[in-house]
Amino acid sequence: MGQVAMSFSVQELIPVLPEIVLLIGASVVLLVDLFAPGKGRASTYLWSLIALAATALALVYSFQGPQIVLGGHYQSDALSLVLKLGMVIGLACVLLYGRSYLAARDLLSGEFFTLSLFALLGMMIIASGGSLLSLYLGLETLSLSLYALVGFDRRSVASSEAAIKYFILGALASGMLLYGISILYGVTGTLNLVVLQGEIAAVLTDTDARQFSMLLGLGVVFVVVGAAFKLGAAPFHMWLPDIYEGSPTAVTNILGTVSKLAAIALVLRLFADGLQPLLLQWQPMMMMLAVMSLAIGNIVAIAQTNIKRMLAYSAISHMGFVVLGVLAGTAEGYSASLFYMLTYALTGLAAFGMIMILSREGFEADKLDDYKGLGQRSPVLALIMMVVMFSMAGVPPTVGFFAKLAVIEAVMAQGHTWIAIVAVLFSVIGAFYYLRMVKLMFFDDVEDPSPIEAAWDERVVISLNGLAILALGIFPGGLLAVCSQVF
Amino acid sequence: MNSYPLLSLAIWLPIVGGLLVLLLGSEARVALSRWMALAISAATLLLTLPLYCQFDSTTAAMQFVELAPWVERFSVNYHLGIDGLSLPLILLTSFIGVLVVISSWTNIANRLSGYLGAALIMEGLMIGVFAALDAVLFYIFWEAMLIPMFLIIGIWGGPNRVYATIKFFLYTFLGSVLLLIALIYLYLQSGSFSILDYHQLAISADVQTLLFFAFFAAFAVKIPMWPVHTWLPDAHVEAPTGGSVILAAIMLKMGGYGFLRFSLPITPDASQEWAGLMIGLSLVAVIYVGAVALVQTDMKKLIAYSSISHMGFVTLGIFLFSPLGVEGGIAQMVSHGFISAAMFLCVGVIYDRMHSRDIADYGGVVNTMPLFAALMMFFVMANSGLPGTSGFIGEFLVILAAFEASFWIALGLASSLVLGAAYNLWMYRRVIFGAIANDKVAALTDINGREKLVLVTLAVAVLALGLMPNPLFDVMHASVDALLDHVSQGKL
Repeated sequence: MGQVAMSFSVQELIPVLPEIVLLIGASVVLLVDLFAPGKGRASTYLWSLIALAATALALVYSFQGPQIVLGGHYQSDALSLVLKLGMVIGLACVLLYGRSYLAARDLLSGEFFTLSLFALLGMMIIASGGSLLSLYLGLETLSLSLYALVGFDRRSVASSEAAIKYFILGALASGMLLYGISILYGVTGTLNLVVLQGEIAAVLTDTDARQFSMLLGLGVVFVVVGAAFKLGAAPFHMWLPDIYEGSPTAVTNILGTVSKLAAIALVLRLFADGLQPLLLQWQPMMMMLAVMSLAIGNIVAIAQTNIKRMLAYSAISHMGFVVLGVLAGTAEGYSASLFYMLTYALTGLAAFGMIMILSREGFEADKLDDYKGLGQRSPVLALIMMVVMFSMAGVPPTVGFFAKLAVIEAVMAQGHTWIAIVAVLFSVIGAFYYLRMVKLMFFDDVEDPSPIEAAWDERVVISLNGLAILALGIFPGGLLAVCSQVF
Repeated sequence: MNSYPLLSLAIWLPIVGGLLVLLLGSEARVALSRWMALAISAATLLLTLPLYCQFDSTTAAMQFVELAPWVERFSVNYHLGIDGLSLPLILLTSFIGVLVVISSWTNIANRLSGYLGAALIMEGLMIGVFAALDAVLFYIFWEAMLIPMFLIIGIWGGPNRVYATIKFFLYTFLGSVLLLIALIYLYLQSGSFSILDYHQLAISADVQTLLFFAFFAAFAVKIPMWPVHTWLPDAHVEAPTGGSVILAAIMLKMGGYGFLRFSLPITPDASQEWAGLMIGLSLVAVIYVGAVALVQTDMKKLIAYSSISHMGFVTLGIFLFSPLGVEGGIAQMVSHGFISAAMFLCVGVIYDRMHSRDIADYGGVVNTMPLFAALMMFFVMANSGLPGTSGFIGEFLVILAAFEASFWIALGLASSLVLGAAYNLWMYRRVIFGAIANDKVAALTDINGREKLVLVTLAVAVLALGLMPNPLFDVMHASVDALLDHVSQGKL
């Protein structure tokens, strides 16, 4: 460690600038909120958006190509840049969608903004994680903020229950991950992902170290379990529906979209960077995860009557696709997974945003029946929701189609045709519950004719969000190219 | 060669126009929606006419080609072009498109702008299906079309519309995803998504068989072949008249087109190996489904089963691998496009007045609607394959081709003509002739000017194609010969 301290220079802090800016921003928001007048929290809200804008600017302007700094614990590369931009933009959308929702429930307090910003900080650290340690630290920063956010509505029993469930299961998963990390460290003697990759390759080729390669396999099992939990892939998905349902929708939006980007960052850093040589060990495990996620997610979602639970199971099935791309074990596969997750986050933002727009004081709009006749109440919102649903089902011309195409192509390129067939067959089953949403909105009659009160900014954001899903479905080339250049 | 991107215009004009109709239309401005939709569909028809006039029927090469890179990550191109196989279907689509708009003038009670918008968008997407030469582009048009159709049946359909439309969507989606897997496999083998590259790609016999059945899953469901036809009667019965017309007249043809564009040229050896199965299934469709049509009590269901039976001629003709059979199959597709559209419109005419599709509710319609009865007589005859109408051409050629292959196949086919005449005429007798069945029939008024216009136009088309089929055959000779040449060479 002495060496690390000696080689430190201020120059090294430039790639870390976005995190520094965000940390300062979050602290400013914390302070501003202390002295903010009234209950409107307009200033906290504005300062949070300013903090996000500053972070985005810092991201773009401090980027100087791939760099590994802070003793190898922090790496800044194209992957981290893309992910972080996605996270920042995503969180900004979450805040925009969430403001009036939170205000109507008397939840618009400073904690929401500061905790969200700290969660974002954790996510950004994961995206730039250069070592097992920094990945773990980022993950804990994220998780602790999320635990608090989930239980943030203290008058709601469901919210508190969800928080406790999330905390206990999350801590268990973190423990698993940490145990796996400790085994990897024990065998290789390093936490640095780049060094780890070389050490593992050396252990595997060394015929005298057979027992060590078995130990590495054991470590990988725990790492996969921990990552699968954070990703929300079956059979480690049990927490997801309850927590999606119990949390305030604004928090579900973070869990369901932005934090998924952190999960894919964790998975890509761990498996694409560090554990790549152990591909043959984790590939079969991931195949099981993928198939189970696709099966459980798509089938159980059909039985749901609550849209947040339905979207939770839908998320599980989408994680099946993401895992599919990762298990291909190629640059194509990783970039396909990245593309899938980015576009899934975009789609999820609109879905949860819609729930918040349709909700009002004392009405959550989280039952499927609440969507009956939406096509008559508000044709534009219903059209947007329809685009979201078709994108999740993977029907062109929405972006969900190209996401699935990319993943299936990557998997089939590795010769796993059967698993691609399983995936598409389950997505046909999945299409049913997305179609049911469209049916409720367009084919059924209005049950609750009360007018929809949506602020102009929410309408603008959700329209842009819906258009982006369509536009990326028709012109996916740019984002696909970005995702493939990252690897 | 023409320098205007005619194909792109023919695809995007109705799509963009349909979106405009959707956005500008409201309940208060119904007339605007109607006239806009009519103008857009008429302009599309005019745009597709030069395709025919400037078409070079001496070559099998793709014409009016447009090629531009689109998604470079997967080397997907925006690649359009037509040959003699697709040109007739594109003209059919734009022609039927206009009639759909006119026929929906007054019989859609609510959200007319949405209906017309969806119909126009679908028209553009279907032209796209027939013009796409890139597999991903094709797949996108092929799948995207499900969305407007899903909405048309679901929003404007009959009482059991939700069941019918979800069944329709899932059935066709299931077939299509297997097609997608096959296309991705071909991409990985050839490094390109160009359908024309796939035609030249060498593929082993085993893989050809797998690919053939993946294609089969998509196209057999669409056309539809027995035993995966069960979505069609449901969808037809519940769809509004215009939706039924689009389904029967154009969407089914996409299945037949798929066999010609994908199955035959990409997997020629597997196609020949499994031709027996295809012919067997087609015969079942022609005879058994024809018999099923006989016992229907619902007019739309009867026409739906008759459609499946007629599509059996198409698949049978295609898998005989003779010029007569394939050209007969294509002629049958075009002719069925006219006749089934007319039949559904006829049912629509009386349904609008009586709100019943049940044959038992009718009787003696000729007394109150003589002109309508005459026109429907003509279409019923055409549907039974009367010489002089277009219905005769396709069936006759396919039966001739079948005689070349085997007497028994031809016998089976020919026997279906008797069945066809039976179910058509029996239905006609019960609906049109006899004493006036009830007060509602007594109160019927004959067809108005707009209905007359639509039905007479179709009657002229049916008659023209029946008497002078050569303009249709001339454009497809070269392409069909090249296709069959390619199939007989094989890939092994």
